[in-house]
Parts: sequence; C-alpha cells; structure tokens
Amino acid sequence: MPAHWLEAYVVLAGIVLLMLEAFLPRKEKFLIACLGIGALVFGLVLLFWAEAPENNKEMTRFYAWDSQAKFFKGFALLAGIMTLTLCLDYRKILAKFTANPDSDDSTGEYYCLILFAVAGMMWMASAKDLVSLFVSLELTTITLYILVAYMRRNVGSLEAGVKFLILGAISTGFLVYGISWIYGATGTTSLAAIGETMSEENSTFLLFGLALILISLAFKVGAVPMHLWIPDVYQGAPTPTTAFLSVASKASGFAVALRVLQPFFENSITAEKTTFIVAVLAGATILVGNLAAIPQTNFKRLLAYSSIANAGFILLGIAAWNSKGDLSAFQVTGFYLSVYFLMTFAAFFILAAIHRDSGSDEIAAFEGLGTRNPALAFLTTIVIGALAGLPLTAGFFGKLFAFQAAVGASLWIPISLGFVGVAAGFFYYFKIIRAMYWRKSLKTSPVKVRPLSFYVIAVLTGLIILLGFFPQPILWLLGA
Amino acid sequence: MSVIFVLIPLLAAIAIFSGVKARLTALIASGLILFLGLGSVFCWQADVWSISFEVLATPSIHLAMGFYDGISVIMLLLSVIVLFAAILHGGAPEGREKLWYASSLLIGAGAIGAFLSTDLFFFYAFHELALIPTFLMIGILGKGERKEAAWKITIYLAFGSIVLLAGLLWLVNASGSESWLFKDLLASEIDPAAQKGIAALLIVGFGTLVSLFPFHSWAAPAYASAPTPVAMLHAGVLKKFGLYGLIRFYPMVSEGMQDWLGLLIVLLLGNILWVGFVTINQKRMDTLLGNSSVMHMGYIFLAFAALIEAGSASANTIAIPAAVVLMFAHGISIAMLFCLSDSIQKRTGTLELADLGGLAKAAPKLAFLFGLAGMASIGLPGLANFSGEVLVFLSGFESYKGGPLGCVQIATILALWGVVISAVYMLRAFRKTFQGPAVKNSTGVADLTFMEKMPAMILAAALLIVGLYPNSLLSLLEGCGCQVSSDATEQSDN
Repeated sequence: MPAHWLEAYVVLAGIVLLMLEAFLPRKEKFLIACLGIGALVFGLVLLFWAEAPENNKEMTRFYAWDSQAKFFKGFALLAGIMTLTLCLDYRKILAKFTANPDSDDSTGEYYCLILFAVAGMMWMASAKDLVSLFVSLELTTITLYILVAYMRRNVGSLEAGVKFLILGAISTGFLVYGISWIYGATGTTSLAAIGETMSEENSTFLLFGLALILISLAFKVGAVPMHLWIPDVYQGAPTPTTAFLSVASKASGFAVALRVLQPFFENSITAEKTTFIVAVLAGATILVGNLAAIPQTNFKRLLAYSSIANAGFILLGIAAWNSKGDLSAFQVTGFYLSVYFLMTFAAFFILAAIHRDSGSDEIAAFEGLGTRNPALAFLTTIVIGALAGLPLTAGFFGKLFAFQAAVGASLWIPISLGFVGVAAGFFYYFKIIRAMYWRKSLKTSPVKVRPLSFYVIAVLTGLIILLGFFPQPILWLLGA
Repeated sequence: MSVIFVLIPLLAAIAIFSGVKARLTALIASGLILFLGLGSVFCWQADVWSISFEVLATPSIHLAMGFYDGISVIMLLLSVIVLFAAILHGGAPEGREKLWYASSLLIGAGAIGAFLSTDLFFFYAFHELALIPTFLMIGILGKGERKEAAWKITIYLAFGSIVLLAGLLWLVNASGSESWLFKDLLASEIDPAAQKGIAALLIVGFGTLVSLFPFHSWAAPAYASAPTPVAMLHAGVLKKFGLYGLIRFYPMVSEGMQDWLGLLIVLLLGNILWVGFVTINQKRMDTLLGNSSVMHMGYIFLAFAALIEAGSASANTIAIPAAVVLMFAHGISIAMLFCLSDSIQKRTGTLELADLGGLAKAAPKLAFLFGLAGMASIGLPGLANFSGEVLVFLSGFESYKGGPLGCVQIATILALWGVVISAVYMLRAFRKTFQGPAVKNSTGVADLTFMEKMPAMILAAALLIVGLYPNSLLSLLEGCGCQVSSDATEQSDN
C-alpha cells in the first residue's frame, strides 16, 4: 500500500466520523471518540503495511518514506490515541463549557478534529519539500486553533485560542518569508536541493532563510524566544488539547526541524554557524524554561514550562548533530520524544484526574494526596521523578543521551546551563511531591480516579520504570 | 547472583508498601543480606557472584553487578551492617512504620547497588535511587528544621550529581571504551589534556556527594534533622559512594589529578581544620556529630591525595587500603554515634549540651557504648578508626624519600592536629552529657533496653574486630594492586 494513503485514510476516517457525529443521538457522542481510537489503531496497523510511493513521481518529490518518517507517523498516531483516551474521561468538563452546557452535544466534533490534526502531523513527518511542509503544517496548526478555543463558554480557552491564532499567524508569516528566501537562493522548493546547490555565495541567503524558518519552528516547538505563548495557551486550553499540543505538536515540530536542518548541518560551509545558532537556542530555552517554572503554583502552567525546558534539552541533542557519537541526532531526538511522550501523557492524565476531583489545576489541589489516594500519589511520584530526570526512570536516559551528545560536541556553555536547569527542575518538580506528602489538605475524602484513567497512568508509569532499566526497545524502534 | 543484595531490600520495600508487617519484613530482609554479606567475605572471588545483562546496545550499557575487587566487599559489609543496625534501632512514629522502614530499605538498596555495580551507568543510577526516600524521610519524619534541610540536601546533591554525570560522560567519551563496564573503561586510556578537565569535574561532583569543603554545608543540617536510620545510612554508607568512585576511577585520570593536587590538599585541610573548629563550636549533639562526619572525610581525602602524589596504587601501596579501612571504620562509628544520640534524645528529650549532664549515673551502659563510639571516632588504638587513621598518616609519608617536605607531607602533619580537634569536641561532648552532676533531664531515665543495645553492640563488635585485627579487612584488599606489606600492619598493631 503506498504510504501516502495513510494520511488519506486518516483524513477520510475523520470525515466519516464527522458525518456520523452529525447524525448520532445526543447521549452517545463518546462513541465517536471510541471509533476515533479504533480508526487510529487501525492506522497503526496499516503503518506496517505501507511502502514507499515509488511509482508515483509527483508523490516521491513531496513525500519521504524513511525510518524517520515511520517513527514520527507512529508517534503522531499514538499521541492521537492517547489524547482521545484522555478525552473519554475529560468529556464532562469539555461538555460544561461548549454550546449546551451539561450536555454532550457539541463535544463530538472535538474528536474528529484530533484526527485531522494527526493526519497533518503524519504528513509533516514525511515532508521533504517546503511546499508540502507548509501545507501540512497549516493543516495541523489551523486544526489546533480550533481545538484550543474549543471550550467557548470558558474565557480562558477563548483567550488562549486568540493568543495562539495571532502568534501562530505571525509565525506562519515568518515561515513563508523563510521559504521564499530559500526558494530564491536554490531555485526549487525541495529540501534536498539546499544541500546540492549550497555554495559560498548563496550560503548567506540560505542561512537567512533558515533563520526565518527556525523562528517559525521555534514557535511550534516552544523554544526561546518564541515561547511566550506556551504558558497562557497551555493553561487555557482544554487538558486533552494541551496534552496533544505538548507532545504531538512539539514532536512534529522537531520532525520538521530535523529535516530542514539536515542539509545545513551536513554541509561544511554552514555547519558551524548552524551549530552555533541551535546551541544558543538550546541554552536559552533550557535556562528560561527551567527558571521560569520555579515560581509556578499551577500544575498545568508548570507542565507548560516543563515542556519548554524539555524542548531545550532536545535542541541540545540536535545542536550536537555533528558529534560523531553512537547515536545520530534523529535517534537522540526520537528517544527523548518517546520518553517525553510517556511522562507527559501520564502527567496530564493525573492532572485530569485531580481536576475531576477538585475542579482545580493548582498544585494545592495535590495536597494530602499521599493519604487520600496513596496509589495515585505513588504513581505521581514516579512520573515526577521521571520528569526531573531521576536515574532508573526512563526520563533519565533521555537527558543522558542529550548530554552525552552535547559532551561529544563540546557544547560546554549549554551543558552548564543544563546543569542549572536540572537542579532547578528538582526543586519545582519536587514541589508536587511536597504537596502530596508534606501538606495536609482540609478535605480528607479519598480522591476517586476513573478506572480507565488509572489503568492508563499505571501502564505508562510501569513503562517509565521498565524503560528506565531497559531502554533498548525504544532504540530498536528508532533503528539503532 | 550479587543482584540478590539489591533485590531483597527492594522486594521487601515493595512488600511493605503493599501492606505486610513493616518492621518484621525489614528485619528479615536486612538480616538476610547481613548473613549473606558476612558469608560472601569468605568466597567473594567465586564467579557465581557476577552477573551481566546488556540493557542497551549503543552505547553499550549492562546491568552488571559483582565484586570487582576487595574494596567492593568491604563496602558491601559496611552497608549491610549499618542497614541492619539502622532497621534494628527502629523508632518509627506511630502509623508511619511503612514509610520509615521502606525508605530505609530503599536507601540501603541504592547504596548496595552502587557499591556492587560493575557498570558505570548503574553505579551512578543506584546512588540516585536513594535520593527520593531521603527527601521524603527528612521532610516528613525529620525533626527540627526538617523542610529546609530536606530541600537543601536534595538540590545540593542533585547539582553535584549532574556535575558528576557530565564528568562521567566525558570520561566515557574520552576513553573510547566500547562499553560502560568497569573492566572495559579501566582498560582504556585517556588523553592527558582531557584528563585535567575530567578530573576537575569528578573532584567537584564526587566531592559534593562526600561533603568536601566548600561543598559541605548541606551535610550538618541534613544529619541533624534526619530521622536516625537516614542519618546512619547517609553519613555511614551513602557518603562513601563519592570516595569509592574516586578510588575506582583514579587509574583513568591519574595524570589529570596531579594538576589538582594542590587545590585538593587545601580543600581537605579545610574539611579537617576549618570544619573541625566549627565542630568544636557546636552546642548540640546532633549538629556536632554531623559536622564531625564532614570533618573525618578530610582524612580519607588525605589518603587519596597521597595516592595522587605517588601516581599509582603500586607506588603507594598503603593509600588505598588506608582509605578503605577508614571508610569502613568511620561508617560504623558514625552510625553508632547517631544511633546512641537518638537514645539520649529519647530519654532526656534534648540534645543541647548545656541541658545535659550526669547521664552516666542513670544509664551507665549507654554511657559506656557512647564512650566507645566516641573514642573510636577520636582514633583510640584497638578500635577500627585507629587502624584507618594511622594507615592514612603513614600513606602521607610513603612517597617521602628524604629532603624537603612535599605538600602531601605538610598536609599530613597539619592533619594530625585533626586528632587533637576531634579529641577536644568528642571528650567535651561526652563529659557534658554523661559526667558531672545529674541535671533535671538526666534523673530517673532508664538505661538501654536489650533491643536498644543490640544495634550498638553489633556496631561496637565490628569496630573492635577490625580494630584489634585489621588484617580481617586488609587481607581482602590483597590483589587489587594495593598490597599492604607486613611491616605496615605490624606497625599499626603496635
């Protein structure tokens, strides 16, 4: 089956579900989410059956099919499945803030939009031409605008949506400007052409175009200085959207960044300058992300800053592209993103469970959890430890590989900023542990967690510990 | 097979969290590994103890454990003895036994895993396993300024660990070794230019974990606020991780370390003299003991400095045995001191030296055992610390061939005053607490019960055995390139 039929299938599935949604009775909109999960799982199966679109010359020009593409497509599908699972337990809150409060009426479209966004991300993973990159990026981003502002009776969600829309539009402008510079310098929109036509004369134009594209990608990924939208948008959006943004959107941003940066890193004319630019981005992102998280009292906002900090570590791994270590930049990035997937979705499931119980996203809502629900508190401790980068959890391996690559490339300043970042991380992550175990809450009632959420959290946490001892399976997926 | 030393406490901790009786399970688990550990002393060279399982192909990391050499055996002995004593001492507040015993077991498992690891990754990772239980125990069940102490120790040690990680990563990269196993790393060579930077990072990283001056300010408040088992395990066992690491990786960075010898000597003298004087100034027993443990680390660093000056373990054969014996002795003695000071606190309700006095009248056995531990800490011959300390001082002069004194020799002479300093504060603490007229707090208290005596007696027995027969430990160290000649042992026995 030609690989580009995968995205067509996901879009088609989204459209079919949209039609179904229009005609399904009110009480059963959650079936759309279940069908969506089923469609995405089937998509995962199809992923193994797909093969390169060699016979189709137009497609081959726009569509890459290599291990990188396969990994990020699988990642997007899994992220979509996780988000829809999170929606199942979150839909009461979603329903409260849409057109008809306390009825599931308007929640059905949410699930379909996730599928469209996943399709966009899958295409972004394969985009080897600037035009297809742009189109797929826009598909994802515009869908995400709607997903962020979805809870339209909630002022926070609307504000987040407007912020995201305006800043996203500006970043799209930068992207198009950068694309036009690169087109002007190389004469085509193919990314491979950059490597072929690079020379001393047009390297300046190419670097300028790259800088503009990097601004846009920095927006997508949440790197300094384009990170300012992240705390507000993550805090205001519905939790499944935040989780989806935090994991999948970031991953697809990195997928695109890897493809765009590849010709620049591999060509000796621009390699040093590109390393410098990305290393500066990495250092600044690690510093700002970690330090700004310290005063946070809202767990959702803290997770937003943590996602900025983690993006910084991934950028550190990318900056070490030419380090001649055991792992390539794609493998370091892919590994970190896989581990990040597990930890972040676990954290968001926990957040959603606490929100269901207490109605608040504050860290104070975790108080007394050690006595009110010891099992959940224990799982949260492990997830927090993984986010902080404690050894024997998978989170440590992600940071280890990033640091190892950076040491191999001798990027000492970003590494020292990384030290500060990790130490700061221990403080702001352990604030959650402090709240759960040291602080007593006024409420002493047990915190109930829905069975589905609990099983997902337990499975994700189990994987975090297992991969903390035995991380080889992820590297097998990455083709190492 | 040696993985059982880690598995048993881990499984016991999980069982305790799932609801079995906490103290009994912990006693069984720690008792089991105590006997296994004592037994392994006689057959540690057998192949059956080593395991190696590849968990990652690139870079090549293995879950590998075993007795790499005699140093690992001695460290294991230290860990299992102190863990058993800590669990036996008990003292969990009502309703918090689960957290108390499970955390102690986890900290013990982390320490044992770190000492038995023969792969760099798990060596580092197991030490970190102890971080969260320590944070929780100090923060929730500690005393005094426990919250500040918990944050301070956690963030300080996290920062030290990250610096250490950078150093270790650089070490692995520069060595060009094909895997992270100790035997592959130690067989490879590092370019001298890189060695200097790596040595600096290792000294700062491992040094922070061992409370080397000036990275020591986390230690005293943490030990003063920590619950007794955590203080015993951390000061007695976990702190030695840094020194063990320095000794283990020394052959790879021997030239790089030479460049930092002068600085290291200044810092270790800071530990012995500066922190020594700070200890004299302490008015509370718990802060006194915490600072004294920081002070004694200086001696072990002195042995390490002697090793650096000599250039290799074969050039200075006493340095490594000195460090290892003193690590063991200090671990046991400080654990005993913390254990007994907790008994004092329970009886009199205070650890302020000004409010204590004449306790020996009411609790003579407590006085005797505390006196024994105190004398050990000062370095009285016949107890283990003397064997260690005299070997350290001898190792300082081992490379001396006559002529002008080198910096290590001058440092040794200055470090000898540390013995006087520790005599001052320990004897004064003993006098203030136990001797003199009985004060209000000390009248009518009960002496040690049988259950309370047991941990202290086990630790005292260890101190006496190693003190009267140091060859029990030194014989284990033969064959690691650090043979101690019979002359040196005869001198130390006299």
